[in-house]
Amino acid sequence: MNFAVLQFPASNCDQDAVHVLKNVLGHSARLLWHKETTLGEVDAVLVPGGFSYGDYLRTGAIARFSPVMQAVKQFAENGGHVLGICNGFQILCEAHLLPGALVRNRSLQFRCETVHLKAATADSPFTNKIPADKLLRVPIAHGEGCYFADEETLSRLVARRQVLWQYCDANGALTDAANPNGSLLNIAGVCNERRNVAGLMPHPERASESLLGSADGRLIFESLIHALSHRENVKVA
Amino acid sequence: MTEPAITPALVAKHNLTPEEYQRVLEILGRVPTYTELGIFSVMWSEHCSYKNTKPLLKTFPTKSPKILVGAGEENAGIIDIGDGVAIAFKIESHNHPSAVEPFQGAATGVGGIVRDIFTMGARPVCAVNSLRFGELSNPSVRRLFGGVVSGIAHYGNCFGIPTIAGEVYFDKSYEGNPLVNAFCLGVLRHEQITRGAAKGIGNPVFYVGPATGRDGLAGAAFASQDLTEESAEHQRGAVQVGDPFMEKLVCEACLELLATGAVAGMQDMGAAGLTCSTCETAARAGTGIEFELSKVPQRAPNMTPYEIMLSESQERMLIVVHKGREEEVKRIFDKWDLPWAEIGVVTDTGRMVAKNRGQVVVDIPAKKIADESPVYQREAREPEYLKAVRAFRLDGIADTRDAAGDLKKLLAWPSIASKNWVYRQYDHQVRDGSVVLPGSDAAVIRIKTDSLPVMSAELAAKTKGQVVPEKFVAMSVDCNATYVYLDPYEGGKITVAEAARNLACSGAVPLGSTDNLNFGNPHNPEIFWQLKESVRGLAEACRAFNAPVTGGNVSLYNQNPNGPIDPTPTVALVGLIEKPEHITTQWFKDEGDVIVLLGEVVDEQDALLGLGGSAYLQVVHGKKTGTPPRIDLAREKTLHTTLLGLIQSGLVKSAHDCSEGGLAVALAESCISQHIARETPRLIGASLDLSTFKSARLDALLFGETQSRIVISCAALDAVKVIGRAKLMGVPAAKIGVVGGSELNLAMGETKLTWSLPELHDLWWNSIARAMR
Repeated sequence: MNFAVLQFPASNCDQDAVHVLKNVLGHSARLLWHKETTLGEVDAVLVPGGFSYGDYLRTGAIARFSPVMQAVKQFAENGGHVLGICNGFQILCEAHLLPGALVRNRSLQFRCETVHLKAATADSPFTNKIPADKLLRVPIAHGEGCYFADEETLSRLVARRQVLWQYCDANGALTDAANPNGSLLNIAGVCNERRNVAGLMPHPERASESLLGSADGRLIFESLIHALSHRENVKVA
Repeated sequence: MTEPAITPALVAKHNLTPEEYQRVLEILGRVPTYTELGIFSVMWSEHCSYKNTKPLLKTFPTKSPKILVGAGEENAGIIDIGDGVAIAFKIESHNHPSAVEPFQGAATGVGGIVRDIFTMGARPVCAVNSLRFGELSNPSVRRLFGGVVSGIAHYGNCFGIPTIAGEVYFDKSYEGNPLVNAFCLGVLRHEQITRGAAKGIGNPVFYVGPATGRDGLAGAAFASQDLTEESAEHQRGAVQVGDPFMEKLVCEACLELLATGAVAGMQDMGAAGLTCSTCETAARAGTGIEFELSKVPQRAPNMTPYEIMLSESQERMLIVVHKGREEEVKRIFDKWDLPWAEIGVVTDTGRMVAKNRGQVVVDIPAKKIADESPVYQREAREPEYLKAVRAFRLDGIADTRDAAGDLKKLLAWPSIASKNWVYRQYDHQVRDGSVVLPGSDAAVIRIKTDSLPVMSAELAAKTKGQVVPEKFVAMSVDCNATYVYLDPYEGGKITVAEAARNLACSGAVPLGSTDNLNFGNPHNPEIFWQLKESVRGLAEACRAFNAPVTGGNVSLYNQNPNGPIDPTPTVALVGLIEKPEHITTQWFKDEGDVIVLLGEVVDEQDALLGLGGSAYLQVVHGKKTGTPPRIDLAREKTLHTTLLGLIQSGLVKSAHDCSEGGLAVALAESCISQHIARETPRLIGASLDLSTFKSARLDALLFGETQSRIVISCAALDAVKVIGRAKLMGVPAAKIGVVGGSELNLAMGETKLTWSLPELHDLWWNSIARAMR
């Protein structure tokens, strides 16, 4: 597969994402500068973590206006697959490619630690390879990861199975103690209604090699790769 | 604009003595301008010139065949780690700014050290810090502590560097004068080493990065004075304001620019800003440098030459470019939307000349000001308090009556308790290289090919087809300042030994060290004696462990109105782990494994049985006194070699050193410190039998801090082999227990002690968070 990993000023997980897609998973991945107006030939777009534009104003708020994001919007509208991680999730929400918003952690502190996640559904291009009873151990690292949406949006997300990942404890229970940032319904990640765009706060690219403590994050990339290789044979441009 | 006339009062205000001013007159052959006076003031401050410590620093071992750039040569030392790859690292303090404005003070401390590393052409890959505060019961200490931690988090997280290790101690002596020592490590290929030299007569000099403002005016001079309430208030303007976003862009742009080959020399504008970077680069190259101040981007209106020269605005770099290749600089900095300005040219005059709209305002021989600062041989006198320290005996101290309770108190003591409240605020995993995270004896990072800076086309062609194998680098930063206070020489040795022991426990062999000497006012002979004696100890130990010093920092005048801080010569040791399978962590692994103590359980030669200066005496008896434990460096070195041999033979499942709190704390931590995920510690019990050890006192056996001891665990089948091999090497070794169960049990003859693991874990894991609530 061909992945484009967006590079905003002060993206700082861009190289990690390329490393995992290329060196660990053996696919082709390249950085795409934020001033680019076209994506070129790509199968999927990854919006990586970091502090795009210094996170000034509000996380992801400036990035959504960058030239490359206009191309990403078009790509998503055409059915292209887009995955946002951490700051990438925040950017996709700001760009209205995903519902809801990410606000300050309940602790009011930046939080970096490994969490337990479970996939709420296997029915998405981002979760199809995750076994139903599998808990993923994946690190988080954010100050603004508290997922928030109004009640109507939230019940629509649940009804349409757009909640993809939730924070849970070591037994898979969605407890308050297991929730690292105060997210509503312990939501760690969601997808859009069409299910081709998703975002999550945890960093699967930091959990893709057992040397680093967990390889569970690979399941998320492998799901996406599986979906891309089985989609109908149409190229989105 | 008229500048103030130079008067003795103005000279004194610039912290220059009449003798130093006399030297200024001799160097210049005339009265300095106001701007020049300011320049001499900062360049001859301790922070920039080491005028009080140069003779001592010369006693450090600084050479090894692996050192590519040595101490004092450049912004950071560089060591070869094989396969054409090298590491650059250094530690630096930001104590006074953090005392005045903890968030920005600490943040810019991180920014400064990260800049020192990428200035060398290296990509910064991890950060470490060493912090000291007063006691957490004091609300103003909590404010400083919280502010410093969030400042470090803000800068490091946004820049995108994992803050992977550190240490934090709390002691009354640091009240009002916290210590913030920041370390950074970067990686590069040998060919990518960049020098901070203004080479090539006629080469243009560029200023890149954000515009200059009035912030951080003469910060280096501020850092070289006693901190008083008045000075703190008055000097708030001397604290710089950091922008990690800018730093990230400047770093990426600089590394990209270096790959073009257009750069002749590069230096960051850190302490003493434009002044230091211009005269140091000229001095290193034996050239001169001439520049126009009105071309320097400025963000405040009507800045004077004095202000422009002395501003410590952050994230700025000085770059000397090969003539004719200016367009490449412009193209790359425009791409990153960063300001740049061509401000001057390299000359053959040997002088630093600054003009303001054509008029000369500074004209100083660069080499003289950079390298020929005054040097003082300060008077040293053994401190009075040591008489009482040495006279202290255990006679008046009853042996423990509640060993179970004492261990709980020790684990909950903030200096021993888990620092997760701190490191969970730092991104410690960005860059996909963090193998051993904060919370074990030493942190370990993986260096992979794409950690390295982008190569020039020429270098890429040269190295085509060469695969750089993954490398594993371990680091630990340490200093038990209580020991140093009670015995500077022995304490200095132990500082290095503990760091080396931590490396050995992780499976690493030391490569080199960097130190940060934090002391009080050197004009006080007793303080200078502490400094001198502890440097003697550090130097001896760095030699013993083959860990030459590649650079560092000196921070003096650390005192508040109540007195000086405890002498704190922080040392960061960096080591290499040969293979990933040798990476070892401190926690027990599997039920049934055997627990072995390497080393003598109690040093019976020590009149205080390892309790002098111990955490136990401080926490349980409220006494910070007594001669600290002795260390035999040769024996310690044998211990490390032995442990490494066992690790490399695949026999060791866990290794944890005994330090503060002694054997009992080391055992408890081995049971409770593995962290699986949020709210999910892995607790694993152990049953110990110490009946065979004869010690006059139970507290010495459990909580004594006798040196050169490591708790390891191994498979039951391997225990005999492990003990036999250790003894063969001359290291005392004994089976002391077995891993397993859900409690920590200790038997010593009649005495039987039992602790619940969830309770110990809670006290250890949560006590700092509780104190901060």
